[in-house]
Amino acid sequence: MRALVWITESSWPACVDRARELLPADAEITLLHVASSEVEALAEHPGPGRLGRHRPPPPGPSVREISDEEAAALLHEAARRLARPAETVAHRGRVEREVLEAAADADLLILGRDGEPRREPKSIGHEARFVVDHVGCEVLLVWPEPPGGLESVRWPPHLR
Amino acid sequence: MIGRDADPGFRRVNEAIALVALAACLVTAVARRREVPDWAVAIVAAAVVLATGAIGIDGVGHALARLGPTLGFLAALLVLADGCRRAGLFEALGAEMAIGARGRPRRLLALVFAAAAVTTAVLSLDATVVLLTPIVFATAARLPARPRPHVYACTHLANSASLLLPVSNLTNLLAFAACGIAFTRFAVLMALPWAVALAIEWIVLSRVFADDLRPSPEAREHADGPHPELPRLALAIVALTLGGFAVSSVAGIAPVWFATAGAVAITIARPPESLPSLVVAAEPTFLVFVAGLGIVVAAAGAHGLSSVVRSALPSGTSLPALLAVAGISAVLANLVNNLPATLIVVAVVSASAPGAVLAMLIGVNVGPNLTYVGSLATLLWRRIIHAHDEQVDTARFLKLGALTVPATVLASTVALWLALRVI
Repeated sequence: MRALVWITESSWPACVDRARELLPADAEITLLHVASSEVEALAEHPGPGRLGRHRPPPPGPSVREISDEEAAALLHEAARRLARPAETVAHRGRVEREVLEAAADADLLILGRDGEPRREPKSIGHEARFVVDHVGCEVLLVWPEPPGGLESVRWPPHLR
Repeated sequence: MIGRDADPGFRRVNEAIALVALAACLVTAVARRREVPDWAVAIVAAAVVLATGAIGIDGVGHALARLGPTLGFLAALLVLADGCRRAGLFEALGAEMAIGARGRPRRLLALVFAAAAVTTAVLSLDATVVLLTPIVFATAARLPARPRPHVYACTHLANSASLLLPVSNLTNLLAFAACGIAFTRFAVLMALPWAVALAIEWIVLSRVFADDLRPSPEAREHADGPHPELPRLALAIVALTLGGFAVSSVAGIAPVWFATAGAVAITIARPPESLPSLVVAAEPTFLVFVAGLGIVVAAAGAHGLSSVVRSALPSGTSLPALLAVAGISAVLANLVNNLPATLIVVAVVSASAPGAVLAMLIGVNVGPNLTYVGSLATLLWRRIIHAHDEQVDTARFLKLGALTVPATVLASTVALWLALRVI
């Protein structure tokens, strides 16, 4: 069984914990982080300024170097928390697309619900929503934090 | 030449030459081809309008006399901001934001709003765009948080938070020079519109990016990494410069001298890496471009452009008049870009009242958030020419612009109208 765990900044600990607890011992686990090239491009060229001119960036590490460093640090922390053999992969690009392509040959995708708890359809964030809608393999959706009991459900009128 | 200009045929030819020269300046600035530098095109265009008699030597002298101090002012501000970078101000701000955020992306966004609003207002939009944004990206990534909302906040606030002071945006400097309003009166009148713009940006950005702002349960409560201290000397120089601006009209000293003093002080306190780096920080090619553009706009203004704009813009400071000025300015900023829009409009409205000039600034400063590159022409051009390296999600940018710009132009202009009535 090949399992892909999508590591994001807000939900990775819960995803890693579920992978460790639920995946069979012989599962091949891949931890994936995707840096958004759109946000990096915007940080490098953050806007119109004057007629779209951009001065050379100030000295110091570039946006991409910082981004790579943080992705590596996050994946390292995730692998340590997983405490099982796993491959770590850092991609860059349009996030939803990169995840779908990486999940193409996986049997299971584990990802976090990064939306607002107990709000439909917003309990799943934009990117995760697109991936869930389109991915071909099975999906395990993980709550970053337990959502609380049934008493916290805001029932719509027809279900009251 | 004056005799020739009175001939309607020649007038029409000169009008066409001035408009073509203006278009040439804008297209080369927009295209940003290395082999055709826009500053060189602006010089050639200015020379052409002078040689053909579309503008007289007196007109050139007048345009340069009007622009010169403003461009000197801008150069001083750019050097001051770059000195703050050398002093480590932006790294220190990043560290302060990381500590204050306590691992929570939404808290970090609030701190980014504060930092970007103050940086833009005091050190101009370029400081936010060039110097603060990379620091904000790094701070968000290290939190760790998804940096999208924080980076978008910098991009948007570089424009919408540039309403407060004459020094916040080159458009403000141009208008400030033209309308003869005192520095403090400008700031007092624009304080409420600025605050309204910030509030609208906060409401929209924090909602649109809500799922990027979810905290991680394992967030690092305490930021690790280097904790550089805020550079006190640089902050003191900036504060003294601001104080100088505030007392400039009372003291009878033009604000440009305080900016120059601030730039000199920070250059002495924090010497630049090299002389060329100091020159690059002042963006000489951009200053040349604006000077050339100013001459071409003056020529185009003398040949009918001003009267067209004058007939389109209402006069007076009633609320509908202010809204119309702000709205038309915002549209112009997106059609021909905000800098030429300012040069065109300021020549027309500065005569009427400071209120109209400030309404124009709301339009030209906030307007560019509607389209990523500040002008529809630019956007289309880049989509055609550089389709492959256009990585910014245009749809998302346009959506954010549609949610913030009309609301901000409207509400900030109402706020300006209120301020004009009370103060």
